[in-house]
Amino acid sequence: MAKNDKDMMESAPRKIKLSASSKAFYVICYGIVLLVAVVCLIPFLLLLSGSVTAEQWISFHGFSLIPGEFSLEAYGIIFKTPERIIRAYGVSIFITAAGTLLGLLLTTMTAYVISRKDFKYRNWLSFFFYFTTLFNGGMVSTYIFYIQYLHLKDNMLALILPGMFNVFYLLIMRTFVNNVPFSLIESAKLDGAGEWRILFTIVIPLLKSGLATIGLFLALGYWNDWYNAMLYMSTETKYPLQYMLYSIQQQTQALSRIAAQAGIQVQNLPSNSLKLAMAVVATGPIVIVYPFVQKYFIAGITIGSVKG
Amino acid sequence: MKKEGFFDEFKKNKALFAMAAPAFILVLVMSYFPMSGLILAFKEYRYNLGVFGSPFNGLQNFGYLFSSGTGWLITRNTILYNLLNLITSQLLAVIIAIFITEIHAKYFKKVTQTVILLPYFISWVVVGVFVFSIFNYETGLINSVIQTFGGEKVNFYMMPMAWPIIICAFNAWKWTGYNSVIYIAAVTGVDGEINEAAAIDGATIFQRIRYITLPSIRPTLVTMILLQVGRILRGDFEMFYQIVGNNGQLFNATDVIDTYVFRSLITNPDIGMTAAATFYQSVLCFAIIMIVNTIVKKIDEDYALF
Repeated sequence: MAKNDKDMMESAPRKIKLSASSKAFYVICYGIVLLVAVVCLIPFLLLLSGSVTAEQWISFHGFSLIPGEFSLEAYGIIFKTPERIIRAYGVSIFITAAGTLLGLLLTTMTAYVISRKDFKYRNWLSFFFYFTTLFNGGMVSTYIFYIQYLHLKDNMLALILPGMFNVFYLLIMRTFVNNVPFSLIESAKLDGAGEWRILFTIVIPLLKSGLATIGLFLALGYWNDWYNAMLYMSTETKYPLQYMLYSIQQQTQALSRIAAQAGIQVQNLPSNSLKLAMAVVATGPIVIVYPFVQKYFIAGITIGSVKG
Repeated sequence: MKKEGFFDEFKKNKALFAMAAPAFILVLVMSYFPMSGLILAFKEYRYNLGVFGSPFNGLQNFGYLFSSGTGWLITRNTILYNLLNLITSQLLAVIIAIFITEIHAKYFKKVTQTVILLPYFISWVVVGVFVFSIFNYETGLINSVIQTFGGEKVNFYMMPMAWPIIICAFNAWKWTGYNSVIYIAAVTGVDGEINEAAAIDGATIFQRIRYITLPSIRPTLVTMILLQVGRILRGDFEMFYQIVGNNGQLFNATDVIDTYVFRSLITNPDIGMTAAATFYQSVLCFAIIMIVNTIVKKIDEDYALF
């Protein structure tokens, strides 16, 4: 025992001699993780490469991971008449900003209420929200209700309201609120502060990482949303970016199908590289920002997995 | 007595009630009200009469759904896809989580983890673009590689049997990083000292994984499986819709309840059958999760979801 202790003091555990099978394990371990990482990257590489390849080269050779013949023609076309894309960006930025702010406010207030152990209806309220994850009205009745009774057809609220509140985010936020010592709230109460004041001047300033985490999840959801736009929006000027991207994909796919059927040379339409360039323009912001905010997402996923 | 309690509480905590009110109203209107629309499954819906004014027609809608064979087909597809996706994506996530926690090279670990999580952030629309760029007949990456080596091009969009694999692969691609974050958290929760002690006592890496890492993952794994089982009749609409698109030849092999419902909702003015499909989906899902949770609770309370 003493000897063991001494050994431990002398050498860090990692320096323990590896057996041959352990070495083999590490080779496989690094190899597989590297392989999976590469597989995760390949579609992005394809996207980037295809978007800067000359259209003629693509229609002759197909897509490749390294541009066969470099050309910025597709980006040129996009930025020559950028109104459509700028507008779609505007819509996406608007719904993301508005939805995230409102969602954060709602989530924080509700999380504060259900984390208050002296609030009689906290369990009842939590269950009220949680129940929606177990049971829902389904696509048909939701669609009919939103259109016929809430009049959300072609209404920007159809892009904002459905993603604003989520039980998963509520439970994560509650965990953050629970980390604020209750004695702090109690003593503020004794000093005569009302609930609103306690929430906004004492609790919220202590929730910075919680707000960042939930805010980022909400923002990601809004930025990537195309589903609600597809169901509810009919005016093209109100399309958010992802749905604009989708409708362009559909148009060019239909176009190239018709062209192929009619025997027209597909290469006359710069559709292939254009599609990919559009996807790059729509995805770029996320890929660039993501590495810097990754830790908040990891924190959120980790907390969310510990069931509430 | 009870009512009095409510009003007392309301008076005492007016501010708390006010704080919870916006979310309460939002969820009530956006989630609870539409639940009443499930009644459409038993009705012949007419737009001018609305949800509640439309006449009842008994179980006719269900009759149409299952006698046409569609009901069985989409149910089978939904369940099989969910099982396949559950097994592949969780297995891959567990393996990646174990490997990543065993990796000690700091930068390698950080960079690979970042890259593996990246697909989670990409919208399904863009994934749809990926799929089309890889598999389409004229210009797809695979066909261009086949062509380079002088092979015969393959039209994947005419091969229904290829799509379960493609869908499963992209599901794993999208979710492995996310799920592995959850498992990594479970592993590192106990990791440190126990692992070091075991290593000093001469445990091999395989013994450590077998007796320390895997047991630490187990509760998380059970929770993840339970959550997925509770959704076994729900297809991931965004994924199926973007990957498969409107390629009719593939529907038999790829149609799940959600894509079927969506297509009929858009194209078919008679929504009775569609409403029946969603009713059947919502109610069965609820029943399954309640039953599974009750059983799990009986076996081991700690593993129950609620």
